[in-house]
Amino acid sequence: MAQIIIKNLRKDFGDFTAVKASSFTIEDGEFFMLLGPSGCGKTTTLRMIAGLELPTSGEIYIDGEEVSQKRASQRDIAFVFQMFALYPHLNVRQNISYPLKSEGMPKAKIRAKVAEVAEILGITDILSKPVGGLSGGDRQRVALGRAIVRDPKAFMMDEPLGALDAEFREHMSEELRALHDRMSATTVYVTHDQLEAMQMGDKIVVMNHGSVEQFGVPQEIYDWPATMFVADFIGSPPMNFLRFEGEIAKRDTSVLLDGHHFDIPFQLDVAKGALVFGIRPEHVSLDGSSPYKGEVLATEYLGTTQIVTLKTANGIIKARIEARAEVAIGQTVGLAFNPRMVTLFYEPTGVALLSDANKGVLDHG
Amino acid sequence: MAEVSLQNISKSYGKEVALENVTMTVPDGSFVVLLGPTGAGKTTTLRMVSGLDKPDSGKVLINGQDVAKHTPAQRNMAMVFQQYSLYPHLTVRQNLAFPLKSPMLRTPEVEIARKVAEVAEVLQISHKLENKATELSGGEMQRVSIGRALVRNPQIYLMDEPLSSLDAKLRSDLRIELQRIQASMGATMLYVTHDQIEAMTMATHVGVLDHGKLVQFAPPREIYENPVSIYAASRLGSPKINILPADMFPGAPEGAASIGLRPEHISLGEGAEAQVLRVEHLGDQTRLHLKVKGEDMITLTDPHSTLAKGDQLKVAPQSPLYFSANGDRIS
Repeated sequence: MAQIIIKNLRKDFGDFTAVKASSFTIEDGEFFMLLGPSGCGKTTTLRMIAGLELPTSGEIYIDGEEVSQKRASQRDIAFVFQMFALYPHLNVRQNISYPLKSEGMPKAKIRAKVAEVAEILGITDILSKPVGGLSGGDRQRVALGRAIVRDPKAFMMDEPLGALDAEFREHMSEELRALHDRMSATTVYVTHDQLEAMQMGDKIVVMNHGSVEQFGVPQEIYDWPATMFVADFIGSPPMNFLRFEGEIAKRDTSVLLDGHHFDIPFQLDVAKGALVFGIRPEHVSLDGSSPYKGEVLATEYLGTTQIVTLKTANGIIKARIEARAEVAIGQTVGLAFNPRMVTLFYEPTGVALLSDANKGVLDHG
Repeated sequence: MAEVSLQNISKSYGKEVALENVTMTVPDGSFVVLLGPTGAGKTTTLRMVSGLDKPDSGKVLINGQDVAKHTPAQRNMAMVFQQYSLYPHLTVRQNLAFPLKSPMLRTPEVEIARKVAEVAEVLQISHKLENKATELSGGEMQRVSIGRALVRNPQIYLMDEPLSSLDAKLRSDLRIELQRIQASMGATMLYVTHDQIEAMTMATHVGVLDHGKLVQFAPPREIYENPVSIYAASRLGSPKINILPADMFPGAPEGAASIGLRPEHISLGEGAEAQVLRVEHLGDQTRLHLKVKGEDMITLTDPHSTLAKGDQLKVAPQSPLYFSANGDRIS
């Protein structure tokens, strides 16, 4: 198994730059997510790590060895695609054995290895079946088996669950993660689904327009986004942005929104002009004593909680509150924001202002 | 506007029973969501109401009148399907205006322009009005087909998974919009989905279907808190309700085979020994995957919980639901 270091990786296709100067480190045994919207460069990055695409510049280290210009076959990496390509005329055992056979491994050893992998994946009883008649889940397991059986240094997965329906996807994502926990193999996984990334990843890289926006552990990225893009892309509903004109000085601990003071974390940056007060829906509460008001536009019951959409002087926001609370559409309510969980952004750049609260997360990245 | 009522509707396709004695009333101005997995009978129910298909037995009443002899057009309904069907040679504006240009309606041009602009705004496609339908993405085409239903003022809207091809962000915007449009027009809506979030957030009433049978019909909150069976309980809520052997915890009533615990109805601190298998930080909540007396269980905890894999804790049920051996609710 392996540590993977990416340094200033860049890829141009003609005039188009797919990946711009990306740097991050994937630790040995990590389940690592490359997350972003379509066209952000996540798949290109994955393909460069795997050796299916050569970078224009930059370095890739696998276990300390620089491999950026090496062929895929020399990197000892297994790739699992969204469309699991199995050999349709072969049975499950033959499909899984195939990579070992082509390496020239002795038959007895292949048998033992395939049995072990089938056991891990829970497909021992279908080994002699043709792959044609298998369910989607079993086909996915066979494709995984073929990747695992080689004991590669790392696994690359490109939206392996993208084609599955929601319920089955949830099930397979748990299975994949459990499999990873048993084998502890370094895995790099591409997805555009933020929930999947939060749920499965030990670490996440968020990409946009070919650049790395943020890199870190899921909860820290969620709590302390580096940019408005990350704040908006992660979370459902995403972070609320209350826009205002103002000025922030170092050591400030409050801001003025529509004439009302709100406490914020101790500020370490200066900024002036178009600013944004960022707060997650679960840190907005309904508080009758607050002078800052919102009109209820919609409520969405979710069982455990409900999402309330509100119109405020600084734009439309959402609050996640207890399902039991009675809220009526059209009603005007007072709003409070958890002062410890506020992030301010400078709107023209979209970058978060540094504070005592987020510096621990944003400084190292 | 209209009330729709189904009385003892049954329908089979060959040997397949699609609907079995379904009786329900969609009240005037309500937003009814039919929920169930593939094959539960959701789409068949819609087809019965629309008149695209006839029941083997039973009646469909609209405002108390039997509509068996009415064609789909006479029933004055607007339908939106999962598969969008637009006129490819027309622009978005022309596609949206089309239902209003019917000679029967005689809508003035100014009124058509106003309606189209309003609907385009709501569905976030104003900037594409002059594009040909073929130049749109799948999500945009679907919004245009929803728009084409919205420009009319039909008695009833019938929608069959209209949001399932859209991305998550647009889906959540449109959930609110559909709810708002339906409420502001006072329209009657019959909506089919297998997405429990759509059912919970938009519906005034949810009809839970299981193999052609209507097993529960009630507001989403009622079904969530008071399900009639394990099946109904499992349709709503994410993560799903935990279904465990009734004797795992003390206090099960006579005849109980299973205990149903919503993830948020498990208290941490005292009770049975549990081991943490996995912790998922989802941002606004943290999910704990636990092993308790050999059973898997999922519960929720504080987003900033420091619990980690391998930790031990104690869990106890809170507001448990009990079910009999055949899955019916007993208390």
